[in-house]
Amino acid sequence: MKNRTKLPNVYLGVVLALMYVPILLVIVYSFNESKISSVWGGFSLKWYQELFRDRDMFKALGNTLILGVASSFAAGAIGTLGAYGMSKVNFRSKGAVEYLSTLPIMVPEIILGMVFMAFFSLLGIPFGMGTLILAHTAFCIPYVFMLVKARLVGMDKSLAEAALDLGASPARVFFDITLPLTMPAIASGMLLAFAMSIDDVIISIFVTGVDVNTMPIKIYTQLKTGVTPEINALCTLLFLASLLLCGLAAWLGGGQKKKRKDDTP
Amino acid sequence: MAEGRPQKKRKLRGEALTIVPLYLFTLVFVAGPLVYMVVLSFLTRAETWGVVGEFTLENYADIFQPVYLQTFWESIKLAVISTVLIAAIGYPFGYFMAKLPPKWKKRAMLLLMIPFWTSSLIRLYGWIVIFRANGVLDTALMGLHITSEPLKLLYTYPAVVVGMVYALLPFMIFSVYSSAEKLDFSLVEAARDLGASPLRAFFTVSFKLTLPGLLSGVVLTFVPSMGLFFIADILGGNKVVLVGNLIQEQLLKTHNWPFAAALSVALLLLTTLILFLYRKVSGVKDLEGLV
Repeated sequence: MKNRTKLPNVYLGVVLALMYVPILLVIVYSFNESKISSVWGGFSLKWYQELFRDRDMFKALGNTLILGVASSFAAGAIGTLGAYGMSKVNFRSKGAVEYLSTLPIMVPEIILGMVFMAFFSLLGIPFGMGTLILAHTAFCIPYVFMLVKARLVGMDKSLAEAALDLGASPARVFFDITLPLTMPAIASGMLLAFAMSIDDVIISIFVTGVDVNTMPIKIYTQLKTGVTPEINALCTLLFLASLLLCGLAAWLGGGQKKKRKDDTP
Repeated sequence: MAEGRPQKKRKLRGEALTIVPLYLFTLVFVAGPLVYMVVLSFLTRAETWGVVGEFTLENYADIFQPVYLQTFWESIKLAVISTVLIAAIGYPFGYFMAKLPPKWKKRAMLLLMIPFWTSSLIRLYGWIVIFRANGVLDTALMGLHITSEPLKLLYTYPAVVVGMVYALLPFMIFSVYSSAEKLDFSLVEAARDLGASPLRAFFTVSFKLTLPGLLSGVVLTFVPSMGLFFIADILGGNKVVLVGNLIQEQLLKTHNWPFAAALSVALLLLTTLILFLYRKVSGVKDLEGLV
């Protein structure tokens, strides 16, 4: 299957390059002295300085990280245990619950945001970090669940059986064999969940309280109302963070294939 | 997290209890809200704030007002335009990528993953920088004397389309790629050896075999593109109103929750219909490339 022409490769290169144009522009302009983004006023770090003085921004960053860590760990625990349990039992309701639990990535986010908002206010749960974590956990579970499930299906069952035959308790088998073997899938799933959580705007807007801001919500409001060049600097730093995450994911993914995350970006 | 450790061991093995958190969470926080949404859509809006427990079909009747029907129509139109463009760009990309040598495949994948993992807001912001009046695009075009005055593309329909295509393109690429990667290229060669023209070989063999990937890519781009209100918001100003924007407005500004619920149900039905059609056409249960 030798390519007769170089044309396909040129095409790949051009499309990839175009994907990076918007990101690179943001990075370049973050070092722009001028306040007007189309004018190059010389190299400067002043927007970074300004950014680091912005206390609100740090609070939002803190909230985003707390939210991402809490919901990806909650989703990691529930999703992993669930996928493990599902591989062991055979209830009639199994299919339905499996379908329901993966539903949050099939349903448009705006609908999830709406239903969570309505539901939480029905239950009288005060809006804030608690509701954010609940909602994020709900849409994070599918990523962990599906990755772990796929991993469990592809796993050699004889190892666990051998351990059981040798007298290990099911709990011991789970912690000594199943868990270490599924760890890469759990970690990938949680990382994916974390990435989705710290990027989410749509659902967060609906379930956040008045005084709790996350980074994406803050950026979103700024982009809507009026942009300060500070945002350039912030976006650049966030991009570096996502490079780091991406590297981590690639490293975790190593042997096993990880293709996509679903859902709207 | 709460983890139901087995206290009583009847016939249920302790292991089975590990599904309890998932069952509980799913029932309470996924099924619950969705059921409540349906209930809410049949309730009456209170005069000032909140909801009255009176059954009504008015919310659904309201959807058929020309203004709102128009919004649905616009959303579907934008979704179709974006999906067609995404397919046109993403299909060849995924297909060519699958033909790369393994080493380059990995590199291309990594290069794709980076923007994909980057916050969608950052990428959107990049487009603002490009599109805004006297922004990068205008400066470049005028500098090259292609246009004589600023195009002012920000807050226009094309800007929203570009934003959608840019945001959703990776989903199409991943779907097509995972399908094309499984394709046995010797089949194409066999067709060529038997005298088929390159085009004919492509359409009778490759295209047919990668169709599942293309179809699932279509679903994965079409479905979200109806709800991505923030792209329309940021790149379209308030000129482009989608169902997503309408729901958001009804919830956060007008506080008409029952109507927002009815709109959501309608959108969900539309989504389900598309997924159903996808299953009918492709005969596949799971979306290609989904994990």
